[in-house]
Amino acid sequence: MLVISCIKQVPDTTQVKIDPVTNTLIRDGIPFIINPYDSHALEESLRLKDRYNLRTVALSMGPPNTVATLRKACALGVDEAILLSDRCFGGADTLATSKVLSAAIERLDRQEQVGIVFCGKQTIDGDTAQVGPGIASRLGFSQLTLVDRIESIDFLHKTIRVRRKLEGRHEIVEAPLPVMITVVRELNRPRYPTVPMRIESRDTEIKVWDNSVLELDVETVGLKGSPTWVSKIFSPERDQGEIIGDGIGDPIGTANLLIDRLLGKDLLAV
Amino acid sequence: MSLHQAVFTAIFAVSVLSFMFSCYQRLQLVAIGVPENRFDNPFGRLLGMFNYAFAQKRVLARPYGFNHFMLFWAFMLLLVANGEFLLEGLLPGVNLALLPQPLYHTLQLLFDLVSVAALVSVLVALARRLLFPPEYLGNDYTRPASGEALLILLMIATLMAAFFLLNGAHIALGQSGTWRPVSSAIAALIDGLPPAVLEMVAVASWWLHALVLLLFMNFLPRSKHMHILTAIPNCYFKNLAKPNVQPRETFEKGERYGVSSVEQYSWKDLFDSLTCTECGRCQDLCPAHNTGKPLNPRRIVHDIKVNLLKNGPALKDGKTGLTSLIGVPAEGTIGEDALWSCTTCGACTSVCPVLIEQMPKIVKMRRHLVQEKSQFPEELLNLFENMEQRGNPWGIAPSERTKWSSQLGDRAFKPGESEYLFFVGCAGAFDSRNKHVSVALATILDAAGVSWGMLGKEEQCCGDSVRRLGNEYVFDKMARENVALFKEKGITKIVTHCPHCFSTLKNDYRQYGLEIEVLHHSQLIAQLVESGRLKPARLPKLGNVIFHDSCYLGRHNDTYQAPRAVLKSVLGKAPGEFGRNRENGFCCGAGGGRMWMEEQSGTRINLERVKEAMNGKLPDTLCVSCPYCMTMMEDGLKDLGAADVIRVRDIAEVMAEGIS
Repeated sequence: MLVISCIKQVPDTTQVKIDPVTNTLIRDGIPFIINPYDSHALEESLRLKDRYNLRTVALSMGPPNTVATLRKACALGVDEAILLSDRCFGGADTLATSKVLSAAIERLDRQEQVGIVFCGKQTIDGDTAQVGPGIASRLGFSQLTLVDRIESIDFLHKTIRVRRKLEGRHEIVEAPLPVMITVVRELNRPRYPTVPMRIESRDTEIKVWDNSVLELDVETVGLKGSPTWVSKIFSPERDQGEIIGDGIGDPIGTANLLIDRLLGKDLLAV
Repeated sequence: MSLHQAVFTAIFAVSVLSFMFSCYQRLQLVAIGVPENRFDNPFGRLLGMFNYAFAQKRVLARPYGFNHFMLFWAFMLLLVANGEFLLEGLLPGVNLALLPQPLYHTLQLLFDLVSVAALVSVLVALARRLLFPPEYLGNDYTRPASGEALLILLMIATLMAAFFLLNGAHIALGQSGTWRPVSSAIAALIDGLPPAVLEMVAVASWWLHALVLLLFMNFLPRSKHMHILTAIPNCYFKNLAKPNVQPRETFEKGERYGVSSVEQYSWKDLFDSLTCTECGRCQDLCPAHNTGKPLNPRRIVHDIKVNLLKNGPALKDGKTGLTSLIGVPAEGTIGEDALWSCTTCGACTSVCPVLIEQMPKIVKMRRHLVQEKSQFPEELLNLFENMEQRGNPWGIAPSERTKWSSQLGDRAFKPGESEYLFFVGCAGAFDSRNKHVSVALATILDAAGVSWGMLGKEEQCCGDSVRRLGNEYVFDKMARENVALFKEKGITKIVTHCPHCFSTLKNDYRQYGLEIEVLHHSQLIAQLVESGRLKPARLPKLGNVIFHDSCYLGRHNDTYQAPRAVLKSVLGKAPGEFGRNRENGFCCGAGGGRMWMEEQSGTRINLERVKEAMNGKLPDTLCVSCPYCMTMMEDGLKDLGAADVIRVRDIAEVMAEGIS
């Protein structure tokens, strides 16, 4: 059974600034890192490899320099790293991205049955959280999002039981394999590459699959296959409501302030 | 050949062979270590050997050391007497009496007096171990009055007693001259005994002396008293470079990193372990041990020795050792917690009388844990990634590096124009408290008319913490990049207010071919004051000032005077001192990468140091010369609720106030 982790190379957002004029990210000279959530996805695939001796593949769609990020995945211990890169994949939105990733997963599935696909819950540059679910729907896999613990895997009956971290509660869910899981940071603590593995990974071949391998209709991938259009990026203005007081530092005072305000607006009666 | 002579010759031959075999066995174990060149500069080495082994420089640094000094020299002189004794046993009639009479008599007198000195030393040592042992003599695996220590002292005392009895009997029998005053006094005591009894006393004491001497010799290589044989060569093979900079590692396929088994240590590391005398001085000074951490530098060396003795024979045959060097703590196995407790302050290495290098052995084991196992305290993961990805421990964007100097205008280093590179350091650039020190130093440099510039966002961490933590791979990358940048900019002089940057750029980067002038700000400021370019004009209102030594400035780089001179030039008098100062200074707790780790066991090192500051006359200002010390001392004072009573100032801030 194959375990796949989908990882994305993103600009190091701690170093990214937004251009005040164009409202876009200034990416010049900003180093790239593995999307932090994806590093937890990668780690979980490696833990399954360590525990059950499963084969792991790291997949990434991106420009050729994404090889650096995939090499890091190799240093961490994945068995194979594949870069999906082609000019025609460029400018993709989540729909087109999930199309390319799904095609690659299907291709891998023909060689060895894919059991689990791990994705980060979202990326720190796009923050849409749509690619993982997109893959699940396209491939007809079970879809388990926001997972913070793998409870158990039943290889005999081909099911997996996980815990999902939702707002203020947890949810234990069981689903049949194959499954697409998006992960949150609480799932695990990513490992640090050992030096021998780093050195080994210098020579590891990173396979590059372009569209001559995936043979997708160019109209359905990249910019052409992306119905999403970004018209503007901005921080939303607060047009109604206000934040009063300091709820963490002085909760009682703030509550009193709120009561006074509501009384003043005649929304509350004593 | 008499029966006596024949029996002795046989016993002697067996003893010598057995002694040589023991020594050979031990040295064979040392030889499984990896090569390390400790044979260069023979003159410097001889000088070191003279200072530390023969003049006992470090032994004498403590009052009790005089007793050891006396015993050592008594041993050295009695080597001749014992040589004569053994020779005469083998070849009767061959003795020092063959020398010219005045010389022979002088030697007889000397041996007699020296034997008294040895006996007195032994009695003092026994009393110390039995009646008033210092705390550091014992620990979890040994105690001051250990059987081994008492046995050896008893053996020496027996040798001296037998020596006096033998000579006393000879004098009483009229077979020997009276050039030995103490033996003569013994002779006077037993003079009344019949000659036959005196003969018996003489024969019995001769055999007692001979047998104990040969037993003693055979006991040495099999006990901690091996130091009697190895201490002198260990001093000869000392590390000549002052700060103990770890060797570089090469990052190629098939290499191993750090040490996880004794044979990965260098032969000198292993020789060190056989040289340890268990005097406990390193344990006494170690900040980790003093605050209840699982680390004891003495124990580290002891465990390496035990492990070597257990695993050595198998390792020598190319097999693997059965007792792991790092693992669940036991005799011969060192716990990981102990390794992570080290602040690399260097107190152990700078106090060891026989120049054992404890701390570097710890770093070598850290290298294994980090680089081969990726096993380290959780907090370090962020540090390592921040260092590698963003070139600073906090992971702040490099573009923020110049924020502290925004008021100063463009202060970029201009090749050919700027004299000094001001290497601000990560704390000086990002830490809100330490930014004030950067401003103070900039003010001072400007006031003295020094031309300087900075690297701005091109500056990255010197890599001190990652190197001490054993992440040599990341350090190597940072060092190579920094050195290339310095060379590209044509930098020839660097000043920094962080002793960690200072020591790393000055000493560690030498391994990367950087040999330029690197100054700690205390040194540059002291020079500027001395040359008259800086004239403190105003007495800062600092009240009583006490100065805390930074380990990487003081112990690692022998710079004790410069920061004190700076303070004296402003304050008009020398600053107050901690009880433990200079070589004996006590770490703030942040070195060796401990700055980035939680301090979970024992008490806090910074609290111990701050309490020490408050021990005597309460100071108003605690002066530091290091950004880590600044943070640790301020935090310690805050924890004690004394932040309003005592403030912490860097020496640059004091000077800046004095010239404004």
